[in-house]
Amino acid sequence: MSTAPPPAGRTRLLLDGTGIDHEAHTQRYGELPHPRLDELLSDVADSGLTGRGGGRFPTATKVRAVAAGSRRPVVVGNAMEGEPLSSKDAVLLARNPHLVLDGLEIVGRALRSRRAILAVSRDLDAGPVLAAARWRKIQVARLEGGFVAGQETALVNQLDGRPAVPRDPFARVTETGVGGRPTLVLNAETLAQLALVVRYGASWFRSCGTTGHTGSSLFTISGAVRRPGVVEAAGGSRIVDVLAPAEPVRAEAVLVGGYHGAWVPASHLDLSLGGADLATYGATVGAGVLHVLDDATCPIAFAAEVTEYLAGESARQCGPCLNGLPHLAANLARLAAGVRDRSLPAEIARMSDLVTGRGACAHPDGSARFVASTLDLFRGHVAAHLDGWCPSAQRRAAS
Amino acid sequence: MTTRLHIDWTRCDGHGSCAELLPDLLGIDDFGFPVPLSGERDQAVPPRDEDPARHAVRNCPVMALRLHESR
Amino acid sequence: MNQALWALGRGTGVVALVMFTLAMVIGIAARSGRPLPGLGRFGTSDLHRTAALTGTGLIAVHLASLLADPYAQLKLVDLAFPFLATYRPLWLGLGTLAVDTLVVVTVVSLLRQRLGPRTFRVVHWATYALWPVALLHALGSGTDAGSVWFRALAVGCSAAVVAALGWRIAPSYAGRGWSRHPRRTV
Repeated sequence: MSTAPPPAGRTRLLLDGTGIDHEAHTQRYGELPHPRLDELLSDVADSGLTGRGGGRFPTATKVRAVAAGSRRPVVVGNAMEGEPLSSKDAVLLARNPHLVLDGLEIVGRALRSRRAILAVSRDLDAGPVLAAARWRKIQVARLEGGFVAGQETALVNQLDGRPAVPRDPFARVTETGVGGRPTLVLNAETLAQLALVVRYGASWFRSCGTTGHTGSSLFTISGAVRRPGVVEAAGGSRIVDVLAPAEPVRAEAVLVGGYHGAWVPASHLDLSLGGADLATYGATVGAGVLHVLDDATCPIAFAAEVTEYLAGESARQCGPCLNGLPHLAANLARLAAGVRDRSLPAEIARMSDLVTGRGACAHPDGSARFVASTLDLFRGHVAAHLDGWCPSAQRRAAS
Repeated sequence: MTTRLHIDWTRCDGHGSCAELLPDLLGIDDFGFPVPLSGERDQAVPPRDEDPARHAVRNCPVMALRLHESR
Repeated sequence: MNQALWALGRGTGVVALVMFTLAMVIGIAARSGRPLPGLGRFGTSDLHRTAALTGTGLIAVHLASLLADPYAQLKLVDLAFPFLATYRPLWLGLGTLAVDTLVVVTVVSLLRQRLGPRTFRVVHWATYALWPVALLHALGSGTDAGSVWFRALAVGCSAAVVAALGWRIAPSYAGRGWSRHPRRTV
């Protein structure tokens, strides 16, 4: 347990960061704890901490799986942040690099890991994190970015010197990963949260958030807002409350979860981020991306651009993704352009279905989810396009 | 325990021998790649199809298939 | 008896050449992913494998009968090390090279599930060297090489392989959308 008092309130990570100043960091958060593996597992399990990289997988379960390996493992902090709409990990690394590195050191030590690596994209300004890592036994790996490069197996591949593309998930990285060793890959924010759990305890962590979504979470807010950026909020907060500080303007819908996410209409922003109701829209909190769409932006055109981007980011290894995503993008572009082909929605739905579950990673699945969500929520808009007009264009003309 | 057919999508090249040998289990999509007809990721293989499934695994020119047991 | 062995040696050699030619032509043609008419994809690859294995089996008999035949003056060492034979060492040496390559290709093919697709693919390319070397061996050391029927057979086999190759490397091949790894068809 830490000697320093735990930070009060919900904002625990951003505001409290001391940058690269390690002395100040130690003063604020206390000395770095060295829990044994069983203590660590117990604390993390009790805290209910789940991954903050998108999967929301129970962290204790992941650590336990790697601990069960026969060889000394490798621990990797994933700050690749390939999602263009997300910048929470970048902000976290700039404001509070020591907390992320603390988390990495804690798990690394408890697991007796052979190596501890923090993976960042080459595009990131690595100055702060490199300075912070200088005296710690942590290697900062500056790697090729890209949407798929942060995927767990793609990251392992790149760390091993191979191309940054996913591999067949049959062999789990928790069993054989970097250098053939059991590998624990945790998101940068997850590591920072873990460092707090170990210092202040599971009860403290649970004192914020809801039962299913304990602790706090970082959210990146973008789109039709006056003040875009990264905020911290309690787990299970309502969308409207998380968005409030960003000051949304004429919100029509919010894309929850980034380019692999799903839309929630402006009429239902009182939904909790993490509640079951979110699932009715096919959405999950994911990595905390909230992108606001206003009523003057055509959602179909937006979706067409995003899908074109996603098709371009395919690792090009798997036939259904390599062929299916461009197919989706082309059809969405036609729909956005006003091509009055009534078979388009059905054809898009068919192709979305076809690419789902047929690839080495979740790239086609996520892309299909986003497309299906667009066509579902904006079906009125789609109908308008097929009738030859666009509601957003009309609003732009009117204003 | 169910026998399942796992496709390594990073290897699959759409040759299609598998779909030929297992017409009840695998279809072919627009681009020539196999589609598990049950909609699962790893198609379940009933006992009567286990022999042709083993054939398919051995026959795949890029060794993209494997059989495994799962719940 | 010796004459029978000699005949068996020659016969198996000739038929093996035909089998390997068949395997080559199917292998080259089937790379496009298109099945041979009436066979289907599985049937095509099955035929390729059967022809190749039959040829390999025939070569085993070919070697056994020639080793047993005193006229051939073939020693065990000639099976592994080329150009040491007493009888037509150059042409026989080519046969040795072909056999050595055949052994490697066969073993790797049989163990491909363990060795992985990359190793298998690279070693399999050696068949492009194996086939012409085997043909030259047959033309140079085969007793029947001078005869009309054998020359006709050799020409026929060569024509088949050249035609298959020509079709495969023709510029229009890529345009038909059959290039692989993985195949982009849109």
